[in-house]
Amino acid sequence: MRRYAGAAIAIIFFAFSIGIFMQLASYNDYEGSNYYYKNPVNGSLANESVPSHYVKETKNETGAINAVTAIVVEYRGFDTLGEVTVLFTSATGVSFLLYHVYKKLKKREANLILKEGSKLVLPFALLTGAYIFIHGHLTPGGGFPGGSIIASGFLLMMLAYPEFFVREKSLSYSESMAGSIFVIIGLLGLLFATSFLQNFIPIGKPGYLLSAGIIPLIYIAIGFKVGSELSSIVQKLKEVEK
Amino acid sequence: MNYALVTPCYIAVAALLSIGLYGVVSKRNLMKIFISLSIMETGVNLLLITIGYVPEGTAPIENANFTKYVDPLPQALVLTAIVIGLSVTALAIAMLISYYEKKGSLEYKGGMKW
Repeated sequence: MRRYAGAAIAIIFFAFSIGIFMQLASYNDYEGSNYYYKNPVNGSLANESVPSHYVKETKNETGAINAVTAIVVEYRGFDTLGEVTVLFTSATGVSFLLYHVYKKLKKREANLILKEGSKLVLPFALLTGAYIFIHGHLTPGGGFPGGSIIASGFLLMMLAYPEFFVREKSLSYSESMAGSIFVIIGLLGLLFATSFLQNFIPIGKPGYLLSAGIIPLIYIAIGFKVGSELSSIVQKLKEVEK
Repeated sequence: MNYALVTPCYIAVAALLSIGLYGVVSKRNLMKIFISLSIMETGVNLLLITIGYVPEGTAPIENANFTKYVDPLPQALVLTAIVIGLSVTALAIAMLISYYEKKGSLEYKGGMKW
Protein backbone atom coordinates (compact mmCIF):
# COMPACT_ATOMS: atom_id res chain seq x y z
CA MET A 1 0.00 0.00 0.00
CA ARG A 2 2.77 2.40 1.00
CA ARG A 3 4.61 1.50 -2.16
CA TYR A 4 1.71 2.44 -4.44
CA ALA A 5 1.06 5.67 -2.56
CA GLY A 6 4.75 6.54 -2.80
CA ALA A 7 4.84 5.78 -6.51
CA ALA A 8 1.76 7.93 -7.12
CA ILE A 9 3.24 10.87 -5.18
CA ALA A 10 6.56 10.50 -7.02
CA ILE A 11 4.92 10.42 -10.46
CA ILE A 12 2.80 13.50 -9.69
CA PHE A 13 5.89 15.29 -8.40
CA PHE A 14 7.86 14.28 -11.52
CA ALA A 15 5.25 15.71 -13.88
CA PHE A 16 4.91 18.89 -11.82
CA SER A 17 8.66 19.53 -11.60
CA ILE A 18 9.17 18.84 -15.32
CA GLY A 19 6.63 21.58 -15.98
CA ILE A 20 8.46 24.05 -13.75
CA PHE A 21 11.97 23.23 -14.97
CA MET A 22 11.04 23.52 -18.62
CA GLN A 23 10.05 27.11 -17.81
CA LEU A 24 13.37 27.63 -16.03
CA ALA A 25 15.29 26.44 -19.07
CA SER A 26 14.47 29.60 -21.01
CA TYR A 27 15.43 32.10 -18.32
CA ASN A 28 19.20 32.45 -18.44
CA ASP A 29 20.88 33.74 -21.55
CA TYR A 30 24.16 35.17 -22.67
CA GLU A 31 24.68 37.91 -25.22
CA GLY A 32 27.93 39.54 -26.17
CA SER A 33 29.91 39.50 -22.94
CA ASN A 34 27.04 39.93 -20.47
CA TYR A 35 24.81 37.45 -18.68
CA TYR A 36 21.10 38.10 -18.93
CA TYR A 37 18.37 36.77 -16.70
CA LYS A 38 14.85 36.78 -18.08
CA ASN A 39 12.17 38.01 -15.71
CA PRO A 40 9.56 35.20 -15.50
CA VAL A 41 6.67 37.67 -15.08
CA ASN A 42 7.03 40.23 -17.85
CA GLY A 43 9.85 38.67 -19.90
CA SER A 44 12.24 41.63 -19.61
CA LEU A 45 15.95 40.93 -19.62
CA ALA A 46 17.92 41.89 -16.53
CA ASN A 47 21.66 42.35 -16.86
CA GLU A 48 23.19 40.03 -14.31
CA SER A 49 26.27 41.94 -13.33
CA VAL A 50 27.46 39.53 -10.64
CA PRO A 51 28.47 36.59 -12.89
CA SER A 52 29.82 39.00 -15.50
CA HIS A 53 31.98 40.63 -12.85
CA TYR A 54 33.23 37.27 -11.57
CA VAL A 55 34.12 36.03 -15.04
CA LYS A 56 35.77 39.24 -16.25
CA GLU A 57 37.51 40.64 -13.18
CA THR A 58 38.56 37.57 -11.20
CA LYS A 59 41.93 37.36 -12.91
CA ASN A 60 42.78 41.01 -12.25
CA GLU A 61 41.39 41.19 -8.74
CA THR A 62 42.61 37.91 -7.24
CA GLY A 63 45.21 36.51 -9.65
CA ALA A 64 43.45 33.13 -9.82
CA ILE A 65 42.39 31.92 -13.25
CA ASN A 66 39.83 29.50 -11.76
CA ALA A 67 36.82 31.68 -10.96
CA VAL A 68 35.13 29.04 -8.75
CA THR A 69 38.17 28.83 -6.47
CA ALA A 70 38.38 32.60 -6.30
CA ILE A 71 34.73 32.78 -5.22
CA VAL A 72 35.03 29.98 -2.67
CA VAL A 73 38.23 31.19 -1.03
CA GLU A 74 38.36 34.92 -1.57
CA TYR A 75 35.01 36.55 -2.40
CA ARG A 76 33.10 34.22 -0.07
CA GLY A 77 35.92 33.09 2.19
CA PHE A 78 33.90 33.63 5.34
CA ASP A 79 31.29 31.23 3.99
CA THR A 80 34.01 28.62 3.50
CA LEU A 81 35.18 29.12 7.08
CA GLY A 82 31.64 28.35 8.21
CA GLU A 83 31.52 25.30 5.94
CA VAL A 84 34.75 23.95 7.42
CA THR A 85 33.27 24.55 10.87
CA VAL A 86 30.19 22.50 9.92
CA LEU A 87 32.45 19.64 8.83
CA PHE A 88 34.37 19.88 12.11
CA THR A 89 31.14 19.85 14.13
CA SER A 90 29.97 16.78 12.21
CA ALA A 91 33.25 14.93 12.89
CA THR A 92 32.96 15.82 16.58
CA GLY A 93 29.33 14.68 16.62
CA VAL A 94 30.23 11.33 15.03
CA SER A 95 32.88 10.61 17.65
CA PHE A 96 30.50 11.79 20.41
CA LEU A 97 27.63 9.57 19.24
CA LEU A 98 29.79 6.49 18.75
CA TYR A 99 31.67 6.80 22.04
CA HIS A 100 29.44 4.45 24.03
CA VAL A 101 28.52 2.07 21.24
CA TYR A 102 29.47 -1.52 21.99
CA LYS A 103 32.34 -2.58 19.77
CA LYS A 104 31.95 -6.01 18.26
CA LEU A 105 35.20 -7.84 17.63
CA LYS A 106 34.61 -9.42 14.27
CA LYS A 107 37.60 -9.42 11.95
CA ARG A 108 37.19 -10.42 8.38
CA GLU A 109 40.28 -11.01 6.32
CA ALA A 110 40.46 -9.13 3.00
CA ASN A 111 41.58 -10.97 -0.10
CA LEU A 112 45.03 -10.76 -1.64
CA ILE A 113 44.15 -8.46 -4.53
CA LEU A 114 42.65 -5.80 -2.24
CA LYS A 115 45.60 -6.04 0.17
CA GLU A 116 48.37 -5.68 -2.42
CA GLY A 117 46.42 -3.26 -4.60
CA SER A 118 45.70 -0.84 -1.78
CA LYS A 119 49.38 -0.83 -0.79
CA LEU A 120 50.16 0.12 -4.39
CA VAL A 121 47.43 2.76 -4.66
CA LEU A 122 47.88 4.59 -1.31
CA PRO A 123 50.97 6.69 -2.24
CA PHE A 124 49.40 7.70 -5.54
CA ALA A 125 46.16 8.64 -3.81
CA LEU A 126 48.06 10.87 -1.37
CA LEU A 127 50.07 12.42 -4.21
CA THR A 128 46.99 13.08 -6.36
CA GLY A 129 45.16 14.64 -3.43
CA ALA A 130 48.10 16.93 -2.66
CA TYR A 131 48.43 17.87 -6.34
CA ILE A 132 44.74 18.74 -6.54
CA PHE A 133 44.69 21.01 -3.51
CA ILE A 134 47.97 22.74 -4.33
CA HIS A 135 46.78 23.52 -7.88
CA GLY A 136 43.32 24.64 -6.75
CA HIS A 137 43.65 28.10 -8.31
CA LEU A 138 44.77 26.76 -11.71
CA THR A 139 42.80 23.58 -12.38
CA PRO A 140 39.39 22.19 -11.40
CA GLY A 141 39.38 20.95 -7.83
CA GLY A 142 40.76 22.35 -4.63
CA GLY A 143 40.93 21.68 -0.93
CA PHE A 144 37.70 19.73 -0.56
CA PRO A 145 38.18 17.21 -3.42
CA GLY A 146 41.88 16.86 -2.59
CA GLY A 147 41.14 16.13 1.07
CA SER A 148 38.48 13.61 0.05
CA ILE A 149 40.95 11.79 -2.20
CA ILE A 150 43.46 11.57 0.67
CA ALA A 151 40.75 10.24 3.00
CA SER A 152 39.67 7.69 0.39
CA GLY A 153 43.25 6.41 0.23
CA PHE A 154 43.12 5.81 3.99
CA LEU A 155 39.66 4.24 3.62
CA LEU A 156 41.10 1.76 1.13
CA MET A 157 43.84 0.80 3.60
CA MET A 158 41.25 0.37 6.37
CA LEU A 159 39.18 -1.91 4.14
CA ALA A 160 42.20 -4.03 3.25
CA TYR A 161 43.81 -4.34 6.70
CA PRO A 162 41.53 -4.69 9.75
CA GLU A 163 44.40 -3.63 12.04
CA PHE A 164 45.31 -0.48 10.07
CA PHE A 165 44.55 2.77 11.82
CA VAL A 166 45.77 6.36 11.63
CA ARG A 167 46.95 7.72 14.95
CA GLU A 168 44.18 9.73 16.59
CA LYS A 169 46.62 12.34 17.87
CA SER A 170 48.24 13.09 14.53
CA LEU A 171 44.82 13.45 12.92
CA SER A 172 43.63 15.91 15.55
CA TYR A 173 46.94 17.85 15.45
CA SER A 174 46.92 18.28 11.67
CA GLU A 175 43.22 19.17 11.73
CA SER A 176 43.56 21.83 14.44
CA MET A 177 46.77 23.24 12.93
CA ALA A 178 45.10 23.61 9.54
CA GLY A 179 42.06 25.30 11.06
CA SER A 180 44.26 27.70 13.02
CA ILE A 181 46.28 28.56 9.89
CA PHE A 182 43.04 29.38 8.06
CA VAL A 183 41.90 31.76 10.82
CA ILE A 184 45.39 33.29 11.25
CA ILE A 185 45.63 34.06 7.52
CA GLY A 186 42.23 35.73 7.80
CA LEU A 187 43.35 37.80 10.78
CA LEU A 188 46.54 38.81 8.94
CA GLY A 189 44.28 40.11 6.20
CA LEU A 190 42.59 42.23 8.85
CA LEU A 191 46.01 43.50 9.95
CA PHE A 192 47.77 44.19 6.63
CA ALA A 193 44.76 44.82 4.37
CA THR A 194 41.34 46.18 5.25
CA SER A 195 39.11 43.20 6.04
CA PHE A 196 39.04 39.62 7.32
CA LEU A 197 40.36 37.08 4.77
CA GLN A 198 41.43 39.78 2.34
CA ASN A 199 44.46 39.19 0.19
CA PHE A 200 47.64 40.84 1.54
CA ILE A 201 50.28 39.03 -0.56
CA PRO A 202 51.21 40.25 -4.09
CA ILE A 203 49.03 38.32 -6.57
CA GLY A 204 51.89 37.55 -8.96
CA LYS A 205 51.43 36.47 -12.55
CA PRO A 206 48.07 34.73 -13.17
CA GLY A 207 48.37 31.18 -14.45
CA TYR A 208 51.51 30.27 -12.53
CA LEU A 209 51.76 28.08 -9.44
CA LEU A 210 53.06 30.88 -7.21
CA SER A 211 50.27 33.35 -7.81
CA ALA A 212 46.86 34.37 -6.47
CA GLY A 213 48.14 35.53 -3.07
CA ILE A 214 46.52 33.73 -0.15
CA ILE A 215 44.31 31.36 -2.20
CA PRO A 216 46.82 28.45 -2.44
CA LEU A 217 47.81 28.85 1.22
CA ILE A 218 44.19 28.69 2.40
CA TYR A 219 43.39 25.79 0.07
CA ILE A 220 46.38 23.80 1.36
CA ALA A 221 45.12 24.37 4.91
CA ILE A 222 41.60 23.30 3.86
CA GLY A 223 42.99 20.21 2.13
CA PHE A 224 44.79 19.09 5.30
CA LYS A 225 41.74 19.86 7.43
CA VAL A 226 39.24 18.04 5.23
CA GLY A 227 41.58 15.07 4.73
CA SER A 228 42.16 14.57 8.44
CA GLU A 229 38.50 15.14 9.37
CA LEU A 230 37.15 12.68 6.80
CA SER A 231 39.82 10.14 7.81
CA SER A 232 38.78 10.48 11.43
CA ILE A 233 35.06 10.06 10.53
CA VAL A 234 35.84 6.95 8.46
CA GLN A 235 38.02 5.56 11.23
CA LYS A 236 35.32 6.09 13.86
CA LEU A 237 32.72 4.33 11.71
CA LYS A 238 35.17 1.50 11.05
CA GLU A 239 36.01 0.99 14.73
CA VAL A 240 32.35 0.19 15.41
CA GLU A 241 32.25 -2.36 12.64
CA LYS A 242 35.56 -4.04 13.65
CA MET B 1 18.97 29.51 -27.76
CA ASN B 2 20.03 25.90 -27.83
CA TYR B 3 18.20 23.74 -25.29
CA ALA B 4 19.68 20.44 -26.45
CA LEU B 5 22.04 20.09 -23.50
CA VAL B 6 19.88 21.68 -20.81
CA THR B 7 16.63 19.73 -21.28
CA PRO B 8 18.03 16.26 -20.38
CA CYS B 9 19.61 17.81 -17.30
CA TYR B 10 16.27 19.16 -16.09
CA ILE B 11 14.63 15.78 -16.77
CA ALA B 12 17.40 14.13 -14.74
CA VAL B 13 16.82 16.62 -11.90
CA ALA B 14 13.09 15.82 -11.84
CA ALA B 15 13.84 12.07 -11.98
CA LEU B 16 16.36 12.22 -9.12
CA LEU B 17 14.01 14.27 -6.94
CA SER B 18 11.09 11.89 -7.65
CA ILE B 19 13.17 8.77 -6.96
CA GLY B 20 14.32 10.27 -3.67
CA LEU B 21 10.77 11.25 -2.74
CA TYR B 22 9.50 7.75 -3.54
CA GLY B 23 12.18 6.25 -1.31
CA VAL B 24 11.46 8.59 1.58
CA VAL B 25 7.70 7.97 1.41
CA SER B 26 7.57 4.23 0.78
CA LYS B 27 10.51 2.75 2.70
CA ARG B 28 10.62 1.96 6.41
CA ASN B 29 14.30 1.11 6.65
CA LEU B 30 16.09 4.20 7.98
CA MET B 31 19.26 3.51 5.99
CA LYS B 32 17.21 3.47 2.78
CA ILE B 33 15.54 6.74 3.80
CA PHE B 34 18.94 8.39 4.24
CA ILE B 35 20.10 7.03 0.89
CA SER B 36 16.95 8.52 -0.70
CA LEU B 37 17.69 11.87 0.95
CA SER B 38 21.20 11.75 -0.56
CA ILE B 39 19.69 11.08 -3.99
CA MET B 40 17.37 14.09 -3.60
CA GLU B 41 20.35 16.19 -2.57
CA THR B 42 22.15 15.19 -5.78
CA GLY B 43 19.10 16.34 -7.70
CA VAL B 44 19.13 19.73 -6.02
CA ASN B 45 22.85 20.16 -6.74
CA LEU B 46 22.31 19.24 -10.39
CA LEU B 47 19.45 21.78 -10.56
CA LEU B 48 21.68 24.60 -9.29
CA ILE B 49 24.47 23.70 -11.71
CA THR B 50 22.03 23.52 -14.63
CA ILE B 51 20.50 26.93 -13.86
CA GLY B 52 23.99 28.43 -14.08
CA TYR B 53 24.67 26.87 -17.47
CA VAL B 54 25.22 29.15 -20.45
CA PRO B 55 24.84 27.67 -23.95
CA GLU B 56 28.22 26.74 -25.42
CA GLY B 57 29.92 28.00 -22.28
CA THR B 58 32.95 26.26 -20.87
CA ALA B 59 34.23 25.77 -17.31
CA PRO B 60 34.99 29.16 -15.66
CA ILE B 61 38.75 28.79 -15.87
CA GLU B 62 40.50 31.52 -17.85
CA ASN B 63 41.55 30.17 -21.22
CA ALA B 64 42.60 31.98 -24.38
CA ASN B 65 40.64 29.57 -26.62
CA PHE B 66 37.24 30.35 -25.12
CA THR B 67 35.20 33.49 -24.61
CA LYS B 68 32.00 32.10 -23.09
CA TYR B 69 32.04 30.76 -19.56
CA VAL B 70 29.25 29.29 -17.46
CA ASP B 71 28.12 31.14 -14.34
CA PRO B 72 30.71 30.30 -11.62
CA LEU B 73 28.59 31.26 -8.62
CA PRO B 74 26.23 28.21 -8.52
CA GLN B 75 29.25 25.94 -8.82
CA ALA B 76 30.82 27.53 -5.75
CA LEU B 77 27.53 27.18 -3.86
CA VAL B 78 27.21 23.53 -4.87
CA LEU B 79 30.75 22.89 -3.62
CA THR B 80 29.54 24.09 -0.22
CA ALA B 81 26.31 22.08 -0.48
CA ILE B 82 28.17 18.84 -1.25
CA VAL B 83 30.37 19.19 1.83
CA ILE B 84 27.39 20.00 4.07
CA GLY B 85 25.53 17.00 2.63
CA LEU B 86 28.49 14.77 3.37
CA SER B 87 28.67 15.90 7.00
CA VAL B 88 24.90 15.45 7.43
CA THR B 89 25.15 11.93 6.01
CA ALA B 90 28.05 11.05 8.32
CA LEU B 91 26.14 12.32 11.36
CA ALA B 92 22.99 10.48 10.28
CA ILE B 93 24.88 7.20 9.93
CA ALA B 94 26.44 7.67 13.38
CA MET B 95 22.96 8.21 14.83
CA LEU B 96 21.74 5.15 12.96
CA ILE B 97 24.48 3.01 14.50
CA SER B 98 23.49 3.98 18.03
CA TYR B 99 19.80 3.48 17.10
CA TYR B 100 20.64 -0.03 15.95
CA GLU B 101 22.48 -0.71 19.21
CA LYS B 102 19.38 0.26 21.20
CA LYS B 103 16.59 -1.26 19.08
CA GLY B 104 18.36 -4.11 17.33
CA SER B 105 16.84 -3.16 13.98
CA LEU B 106 16.98 -0.42 11.36
CA GLU B 107 13.21 -0.42 10.77
CA TYR B 108 11.30 2.66 11.81
CA LYS B 109 8.29 1.52 13.83
CA GLY B 110 5.34 3.61 14.93
CA GLY B 111 4.31 7.02 13.66
CA MET B 112 3.07 7.35 10.06
CA LYS B 113 0.37 4.75 9.52
CA TRP B 114 -0.71 3.91 5.97
